[in-house]
Amino acid sequence: MRGYLPDFDVHVPASLGEALDLMAQRPGIFTPLAGGTDLMVVYNAGRLKPTCFLDLSRLAELRGIEEDATSLCFGALTTFTELRECRAVHQHFPNLVKSARATGALAIQNRGTLAGNIANASPAADTPPSLLAYGAELELVSPRGLRRVAYDQFHRGYKSMDLAADELLTRILVPKPAGRGFHYFRKVGTRQAQAISKTCLAAYARIEEGCVAELRIGLGSVAPAPVRARNAEAALLGQPLASLPVAAAREALLADMSPIDDIRATAHYRSVVTRNLLGQMLRELASL
Amino acid sequence: MIGASSPRKEGRAKVLGTAIYTDDKFMPGALHGLTVRSEVPRGILRAIHFGEGIPWGEFTLVTAADIPGTNLVASVVDDQPFLIGIGEEITHSQQAVLLLAHADRHLAEKARRAVRLEIEELPAVLDIQSSLDLQPLIYGADNLLKEIRIAKGDPDPVWAQAAHVIEGEYRTGAQEQMYIEPNAMLSVVEPKNGVLQVTVWGSLQCPYYVHGALKQLFGLPEKQVRVVAMEMGGAFGGKEDYPSVNGGHAALLAWKSAKPVRLIYDREEDLACTTKRHPSRTRLRTAFAEDGTLLALEADFILDGGAYATLSPVVLSRGAVHAASVYRCPHVRIHARAVATNTPPPGAFRGFGAPQSLFAMERHMDICARKLGLDAVELRRKNFLRMGDTMATGQVIREDLDLAGLMDRALTAIGYRDKRAAFALTNPEDGPIKRGVGFSVFMHGCGFTGNGESHVASVAGVEGLADGTVAVLAASTEMGQGKNTVFAQIVAEALQLPVDLVDTAPVDTDRVPNSGPTVASRSTMMVGRILEDAAIGFKQALVQQDFLAEPYTPETFQAAVAKAVATLGSLRCYGQYHRPPGLQWNDVTYQGDAYPTYSWACYAAEVAVDLDTCEVKVADFVAVQEVGRVVNPTLAAGQIEGGVAQGIGWGLWEEVTMQRGRMINNQMTNYIIPTSVDLPRIQVIFLENAHAGGPGGAKGIGELPMDGPAPAVVNALENALGTLRLDEVPMTPDRLLERCEEVTHG
Amino acid sequence: MADRIDLTLTVNGADHRVSVPPFARLLDVLREDLRLTGTKEGCGEGECGACTVLLNGQVVNSCLVPAVQAQGAVVVTVEGLADGERLSSLQAAFLAHNGAQCGFCTPGMLLSATDLINRCPNPSDDQIRDGLAGNLCRCTGYAKILDAVHTAAADTGAPR
Ligand SMILES: Cc1cc2nc3c(=O)[nH]c(=O)nc-3n(C[C@H](O)[C@H](O)[C@H](O)COP(=O)(O)OP(=O)(O)OC[C@H]3O[C@@H](n4cnc5c(N)ncnc54)[C@H](O)[C@@H]3O)c2cc1C
Ligand code: FES
Ligand code: FES
Repeated sequence: MRGYLPDFDVHVPASLGEALDLMAQRPGIFTPLAGGTDLMVVYNAGRLKPTCFLDLSRLAELRGIEEDATSLCFGALTTFTELRECRAVHQHFPNLVKSARATGALAIQNRGTLAGNIANASPAADTPPSLLAYGAELELVSPRGLRRVAYDQFHRGYKSMDLAADELLTRILVPKPAGRGFHYFRKVGTRQAQAISKTCLAAYARIEEGCVAELRIGLGSVAPAPVRARNAEAALLGQPLASLPVAAAREALLADMSPIDDIRATAHYRSVVTRNLLGQMLRELASL
Repeated sequence: MIGASSPRKEGRAKVLGTAIYTDDKFMPGALHGLTVRSEVPRGILRAIHFGEGIPWGEFTLVTAADIPGTNLVASVVDDQPFLIGIGEEITHSQQAVLLLAHADRHLAEKARRAVRLEIEELPAVLDIQSSLDLQPLIYGADNLLKEIRIAKGDPDPVWAQAAHVIEGEYRTGAQEQMYIEPNAMLSVVEPKNGVLQVTVWGSLQCPYYVHGALKQLFGLPEKQVRVVAMEMGGAFGGKEDYPSVNGGHAALLAWKSAKPVRLIYDREEDLACTTKRHPSRTRLRTAFAEDGTLLALEADFILDGGAYATLSPVVLSRGAVHAASVYRCPHVRIHARAVATNTPPPGAFRGFGAPQSLFAMERHMDICARKLGLDAVELRRKNFLRMGDTMATGQVIREDLDLAGLMDRALTAIGYRDKRAAFALTNPEDGPIKRGVGFSVFMHGCGFTGNGESHVASVAGVEGLADGTVAVLAASTEMGQGKNTVFAQIVAEALQLPVDLVDTAPVDTDRVPNSGPTVASRSTMMVGRILEDAAIGFKQALVQQDFLAEPYTPETFQAAVAKAVATLGSLRCYGQYHRPPGLQWNDVTYQGDAYPTYSWACYAAEVAVDLDTCEVKVADFVAVQEVGRVVNPTLAAGQIEGGVAQGIGWGLWEEVTMQRGRMINNQMTNYIIPTSVDLPRIQVIFLENAHAGGPGGAKGIGELPMDGPAPAVVNALENALGTLRLDEVPMTPDRLLERCEEVTHG
Repeated sequence: MADRIDLTLTVNGADHRVSVPPFARLLDVLREDLRLTGTKEGCGEGECGACTVLLNGQVVNSCLVPAVQAQGAVVVTVEGLADGERLSSLQAAFLAHNGAQCGFCTPGMLLSATDLINRCPNPSDDQIRDGLAGNLCRCTGYAKILDAVHTAAADTGAPR
C-alpha cells in the first residue's frame, strides 16, 4: 500500500442534493467515489494525488435500473453484476451483458459501476463500446441543473470529458432498439478472464429489407478514448447484407482508429485485429 | 504409506486460514522497512539526497557504510553487494542503495518517495548480443559469468559427410515465478546472554543459504544466527537465492534500529527486483543420415545472467547438460555461456536452465523432421536413448529406458494420429479457427548437477517426542509441493507406522540440520533417502537400547519412544548423504554422471488458434511421465498440473517487458499468468519404474513438468498453422501475428 | 489531514468497533486492526483475489474497499467458514483433493467458491471457472480446485 493515508479524506453525503451542495461549495476539491475499483488501484499504487473523496455509494438516487416503453435507464451506481442479472438488459442489450461479463472477474463486477466505467475515461473500458453501439445518452447533474449529452459526444480526448468539476454523472439512458436488430460484441483481452482489452468492438445494426438501415459501431482500446467507428459505419450504411462491402469497410475502419503501442499490445496488433473483428462481425451480419 | 494419497499435513491450517505466513506473524513494536533502489541500469552513485517534509530523525537509515561484516551476498560466487555505497558502481536498475524503516508504514512510503539519488550514468549492456560484443565491457575480462564446454566424440568431420545438416536458433524470454505471496522477511537482532543474536523469519526456500548470508553480512559465528522458515505462499525457485538479499536487508534494519523489522515487498517491487527465469538464446546444428539417424549435434547455449553471477553458473550447468536432451548422438559439442547484462539478476525458477535448452531441442526436432520429410514421431523414435547408450557427458543409461513406449502412451491418450488426420481436413476450410496437436519428449536430471550433492553433504534426522510421536528434522521447506506430507510418509513407511504418528519439526536452523536447499527436485529423492536411513537408525537405536522389541505395533512403538525420551532426555538419529557407488563426475571436463538418475516424460498438447486475433487456446493436454515410484499420487498430480500450467503460461502469455533495464509490466494486471478459464483439464499419467536411489524408488518430480509444455504447445501451433518462424516463447498473440505476416507478406 | 472514523462492522458474526483512517483498506482493517490474518494480500490491485471476502453477501477484493465503505457492513472471512472445529464442506473438499497447495490463494478461493455454491448449487466446470476467474492460483493449475468444488457442491446440494 503506497498511498499516504492522511492525504485522503472523504465525505459521505446522505443525498444527491447534499452531494451537489458540497461540490458547489468547494468546486474542484472532490473526487467522486463509486465502487472504487479504479480509484483504489491508483491509490494503492501511490499514484493518486491527495484529495477529498465524495462517496456516492450510499446515494439511493443513483441506484437501480428503470424500464419504460422506449428505453432503459441505468442509475450511475448500477454494477456489472446488476447488468448481468437484469432480464431487460439481456432482452434488449445483449452486448451490455457481454461487456459486463467480460469486465474483470466477479469481485470487480460486484463493485464496479457503469458510471465509474464511463467517467474513469479509460480507452480500454468495456461497456463504452456497447453504449456507443446502442446510442446511449448521459444525464449529468450539477448545482446549475441537469443536462443530457449524447454519449458519443462525451469523450473529448485522452481522459478528457464533457464533465464539469461540479458535475456528477447520474443516469445512463439507452433507447431500446426496435425492429430487426443485430448485436455483436467481442473483446480481445490479454487472457480469457480478468483481462484488460487490447481491442474491443461492439456493434448494433437494424436491418430493413435486407439492408443495413441503421448501424453504430463502438471501439475500445484503439484511440485515446472509446470511439464510434463512423467511417466504417458510413461504408456500410444502406448496403445490402447479401453484398456487404467488407474490404471497403475494413479499409474505412483504419481512419476510425489511432492505436498506440503499449504494454498490452502493439498498435499494429490492435489495428489488424480490430479490422478482423469487423470482418467477423460482417460475416455474422451477412449470414443473418 | 508410500503410494497413498495422505492428505496434506498442514492442509487443515491452510483451509482454516490459521496457517501463519511471514506477514501474518504479529510483532509488537515492529518497524516497517523499505528499500530505495537505483532506477538507472548503470552508473556511479554520487550522493543520496533526503527530501523535505519528512521527519528523517525518526527513521532508521542503513547504507553500505553501516554494514558490520562483508558487503557481499554469499552465493556461488560472492560478487553481489547488499547495498551500493557512495562512489561505487550501480550495475542494474533495482540495485538497493538505502534501507529505511519507520513505525508508520504509510509515512515510510512517503519517505521512500522523498529520497533522490544522484547517479552519474554509464553506458549499459541490456541484451545478450551487446554483452557478447563487449559493448561495453561490464564484468570481468569478457562479460562472461560462466562458460561450460561439453564434448563427446568430434562433430567437425561429420558436417561435411552427413546427408543433412540443419541449423536453428531459438529464444526464450524471462519468466516471473509469480508465487501469490510476495517476498517477505521479519527480523530481530538483539543481544542474548551478552552476544548479538540475529534472527530472521521469512518466506524462504533455503534456510541455510540465508543463514550463510547473514553470517557473512554480520561477521558472526554460526550459533549467533538463526533462520526460521514460515509457511510459504509459493516459491518455484523465486525464494531460493533472493531471500539471502532481503533477509540481509531486514536484519540490517533490525540491527541498526534495535527493533523488530518487517520487510514485506508489495507486488510491484517484487516483480521489478526479484529473480526471474534466465532469458536464453540457443543455436543448434544437427547432422542426420539419410534415414534420419542423428549423427552430430552442436549447441551454442547462452543465458542472460544479469548483473551478478548469483546462481547463473549452476543454472547454466543444468541447461547445458540437458541441451542434447533424450537423443542418442555419437558426436556432441555443447558450448554454454552465461553473460552479464545490466539487468536485475535472474535466478532459480522451476526447471533451472533445462526448460530453455529443451525448448530449443524439442522445437528443433520437429523442424528437422519437416526438413527431412520424416514424421516427427518416427524421427524421435529412431534416435531415443536406450539402456546402454551414453549421453553427452558420457553418462551411461543403466536403467531399462523405454522412451518410445512413453511417447506412444501420450500420443494415444491425446488421440494424436486421429486428430492430425482430422485437422488436416478441417484446417484448410474457411474460418478463423485452426487446430493442431504437438508433443515434446524430455527428461529432467534429479537432484543437483554433478558433485552438488557431495558438496552439500546433507544431513537430516528423526527425533522422538515426549508423546511418543516422531518428528522429521530437515531444513527442507514446505512451499506447497507437499514436503511435510511426503517426508512423513517416507519415515512412516520406514518405521512401519501410520502417517499420523510422524510430523515435521518447524524449519528453524536452531533445531534442524542442513539437509540442503529445497531445490532441484531433490527433496523427496535425496533428503527422503537420508530420512529413510535415519528412521531405520532410529528404530535400531530403540531396539538396541531395549526400549523396543520387534515385531511391534504402532502402540508399542509409540510407548517405546515416549519411554526412551523420558529416560534419555532426547532421542535423535541422523543420516547423511553418501554418493552412491559407481557415480563419477568431473567438474572440469563436465564428464561423468551428471545426475544420479533422470525423470522422463512425453507431453502432448492440442491447440486451437483464432487467426482473427492470434489467440491460442490449449484445448487438451496430456502429461505422461516416468518418475520412479510415486510417493503420494494426489500431491504428485498437483505438482504436474501446476507445473504444466506454468509451462503453458511461459509458452503463450508470460512476458517480462523490459525498458532501460527495468521491468515495466511489473503489475499483476500486466504480467499475464493463466486464470481458471485459460487452462484445460490436464491428463496426468504416471508410469512407475522403481529406481533404487530414492526412498521406495522415488525420483524427482517438481521441475519436470516445467520443461515440456512450451515446446509441445509450439509444436502444436506449427501443426495448426503450417511453417512459420515459431522459434521463440512466449508466443504471444502479437508475436504470432508478426510471424503469420512474415509468411503472407513474403 | 483526515480524521479517523469510528468503523463498526460485523465480522464472522462478531460486532467490532475500530477507529481507523477513512481510507484504510478493509484488508488492513481485517489483518491489522482485527488481526484476522487469514485474508491475504497478493497484489493490492484487485487482480489476484487472495484478499477476497464476502461484504454484505457479495465477493469483493478487500484491498479495493476503503473502510468508509464498509461502515455497518457484514463481512465474512476465511476464519468464519468453519463451524468451530468442523470444516465446511468446501474446506473439507479442498483438504481431501489437495485444492490447497501453498495455501496462499486458498482463503480467497474458498470465499469465491462458497459464494458460487450459494448462487449456483450444482455448477458445471465452466461455471466454476467463471466464478473463480478472479482468484489466481499459481500452484495447482486449478484442476484440484475444480474437483474440490464439485465434491463440495454435491455434499451441499444434498437436501437438508
Ligand atoms: C482487477 C480489475 C479488473 C478490471 N477489469 C476491467 C475490465 O475488464 N474492463 C473494464 O472496463 N474495466 C475493468 N476494470 C476497471 C474498473 O473496474 C471499471 O472501470 C469500473 O467500472 C469502475 O467503476 P467504479 O465504480 O469502481 O469506479 P471508481 O473507482 O469509484 O471511480 C472511477 C472514476 O469515475 C469517477 N466517477 C465514478 N462515479 C462517478 C459519477 N457518478 N459521476 C462522475 N464521476 C464518477 C471517479 O471519480 C473516478 O475518476 C478493472 C479493475 C480492476 C481492479
Ligand atoms: S490483494 Fe486484493 S486482489 Fe490481490
Ligand atoms: S495453492 Fe498456491 S497459489 Fe493456489
